[in-house]
Amino acid sequence: MSVVTVQLGQCGNQVGQELFDVVCTDVREGPRKTYSAASCERFFYQTTHGDLTARAVLIDMEPKVINQSMTKAAKSGRWKYGDTSHFSQKQGSGNNWANGYCVHGPRHREVVEELVRREVERCDRLSGFMAMMSVAGGTGSGVGTYVTQCLRDIYPKSFILNHLTWPYGTGEVIVQNYNSVLTLAHLYQLSDAILVHENDTVHRICSQLLKIKHISFSDVNRVIAHQLGSVLQPALTADSHGVYSRNPLGIDWQVRPPSGSERTRSVTGGSFNASVANLLVLRGKDVYSAETGGFEDPTLYTSWLSAEEAFNLWKSPVPFNKYEKSATLVSNSQALLKPLDNMVAKAWNMFASRAYIHQYVKFGISEEDFLDNFTSLEQVISSYSELC
Amino acid sequence: MRHFRHRFGQAGNQVGCRFWDLALREHAHVNKKGLYDEALSSFFRNAVLVDMEEGVVNEILQGPLGEVFDSTQLLTDVSGSGNNWAVGHMTYGLAYREQIVDHLRKAAEHCDCLQCFFLIHSMGGGTGSGLGTRVLSLLEEEFPEVCRIVTSIYPSAEDDVITSPYNSVLAMRELTEHADCVLPVENQSLVDIVNKIKRMSHTGKPGSMIKRDSTIISGQGGLTRAEKPFDDMNNIVANLLLNITSSARFDGSLNMDLNEIAMNLVPFPRLHYLVPSLTPLYTLTDVSVPTRRLDQMFSDAFSKDHQLIRADPKHSLYLACALMVRGQVQVSDLRRNIERLKPSLPFVSWNQEGWKTGLCSVSPVGHSHSLLALANNTCVKPTFMELRERFTKLYRKKAHLHHYLHVDGMEQSCFSEAISSLSSLIEEYHHLDATKGKMMPDAPRLGIAR
Repeated sequence: MSVVTVQLGQCGNQVGQELFDVVCTDVREGPRKTYSAASCERFFYQTTHGDLTARAVLIDMEPKVINQSMTKAAKSGRWKYGDTSHFSQKQGSGNNWANGYCVHGPRHREVVEELVRREVERCDRLSGFMAMMSVAGGTGSGVGTYVTQCLRDIYPKSFILNHLTWPYGTGEVIVQNYNSVLTLAHLYQLSDAILVHENDTVHRICSQLLKIKHISFSDVNRVIAHQLGSVLQPALTADSHGVYSRNPLGIDWQVRPPSGSERTRSVTGGSFNASVANLLVLRGKDVYSAETGGFEDPTLYTSWLSAEEAFNLWKSPVPFNKYEKSATLVSNSQALLKPLDNMVAKAWNMFASRAYIHQYVKFGISEEDFLDNFTSLEQVISSYSELC
Repeated sequence: MRHFRHRFGQAGNQVGCRFWDLALREHAHVNKKGLYDEALSSFFRNAVLVDMEEGVVNEILQGPLGEVFDSTQLLTDVSGSGNNWAVGHMTYGLAYREQIVDHLRKAAEHCDCLQCFFLIHSMGGGTGSGLGTRVLSLLEEEFPEVCRIVTSIYPSAEDDVITSPYNSVLAMRELTEHADCVLPVENQSLVDIVNKIKRMSHTGKPGSMIKRDSTIISGQGGLTRAEKPFDDMNNIVANLLLNITSSARFDGSLNMDLNEIAMNLVPFPRLHYLVPSLTPLYTLTDVSVPTRRLDQMFSDAFSKDHQLIRADPKHSLYLACALMVRGQVQVSDLRRNIERLKPSLPFVSWNQEGWKTGLCSVSPVGHSHSLLALANNTCVKPTFMELRERFTKLYRKKAHLHHYLHVDGMEQSCFSEAISSLSSLIEEYHHLDATKGKMMPDAPRLGIAR
């Protein structure tokens, strides 16, 4: 089963290229035919010349990054992007979500939908979409949200995963909090799963764990790609009956809190983050004998879910990217609560003085729209706060 | 006097000339790496040169840049504007309106995609100031959705054109109403920077020799070639423009284009005056670049010596700040320096982390890295207040007013409206200043019904 990836904006296109590179490299090692075949089918197709080509559509409102990503891919000699699987303009979105969502998105809707349709038709079986974008800028965030909406309209039954890169807390883009709020509030209605990487966190990984001295965006993107790859590469799941799961995006977060029941607030205020669900992916040596009981501790989870319902374990005996053993944890928990709350708080403070609002109104997003989006996110924050 | 008249009327074209010259050099230097064919060639085709006196434009055409422009891009007349804003704005503005719009439309047609208009002019004279601001409002009329960024050379107090305060204030009203962003540059600051560089190059201390070709005042041939007067000052402004446009011309890990500058640095429509500062001003011959030297570059960007207007941003209030870094500088260097400098830079309460950053991989010729800072800061207020004072001194005595008022289309109300626009702009900055240092409480969040 295949995944069609849509790379949006500078970040989406840079991270996406690193992801395909990681996956391709991982696949090349050693005689692991079923793993390689599953992975290849998932992310690539073969042209008549035998070139491994990514199942991806590259979108940006300026051409330089797409050109770079396509060149880098081709240079690897191992895989490439489809020659016509990209769309770019020249003027950029100016870091303005409204410009991306209200102007560029609709203006180029048909072209983008066509490019996606071509990729979908190339798949024997489509397991879903992954849209990769940042939330801070204008194209990834604005056009990305619009494209997600289009995907949802055209493929209502398909799984849509949004991979989001959150910016550094301190300024990459001054209006990043506005762009983030607008993106998240919309995606909450459209997306099946939102996978988040925060630049600050990945930066810390680079400096403290990897001990890189002069950290570049390349380093950051590679870490993100590595983590993403370790989740999305083939794995044996509880219900895949001993073969690699056909559904890499089947992270089943279909949990609903019980209605009308009492929910007591955590008295301690939570010394660690309560989880709604956790996914642990183990790869490499000794996966079958690994002791994972700790992850099933009921105190980790919200009181209205049992650990059995909330904890998922995937395994693959094949080492990922030469790591003898590796483990990845994907968590739906309160871990993102504080960053989300901070982001909303900063955006709200700025909104209180109406700073920069004229820039959004100019392209079609009103103060009312802002208020609606703030309200949606406050509800999300509230729901997560009440987990215990 | 003739010499100075050329300069003020022709500042825009002379700066522009330096810009094209330096841009060509930059792209030639990275011939294979830069997007030479696409980005650069489209850049050059899209210039329109306007002057009401032929001298400077003819010089450009006869010089090495002559082949870069063609006659469809030029608009000249013969007699100049006599340092009179009204002549530039009203007389020539009306007479040449159609031709100007025509030239602009033709230039725009050459663009695959018109992203931004860049205007360069001086405020103190007649053509750049008067006709220049007429062109600005024409641009808004004809191309309302295209960003307008203006680099304006402000006259210093010691300016020798007596009526420069009138011209400047009249022009300022237009800039406030019709520009998206203005980068004010003061002649005196340019003079100070030039003098500083010349002092450095003459100390002759070992290790302090300036590298050839590495000062931001040098055009071709570095420091030793005898250059035309004002060339070195114009080179500084040209470097400013080079740095602002670097992301559009070269690759980088975090692109920052002109639209993004306008978006991030202008929180309220009229408060769009951005203070530019450039480092390094020159590079010394001992070329190794330890981290400390890189950090020094960031510190310098916030020092008074590097600002292109005489202002003290550190002691005023930042509304927003953009950093465009060029060269082999990584995001970690950027972050480290922002963290380091933040505590000493006062930001407005609702934009405590108001930084916009860009990383371009290609450094300017002769430098391993460079930094352009653009700050939206209330420190422009004193500059504007001084300008208002100089204006008032003249206006009170009605000095030279008749030269303006007898121009067709010009009325006393133009003056009173212009000064009133300037005053209310100053008021807006004043209100923001008043919030400095005060602890503003966070706005109460929306409450959610359970």
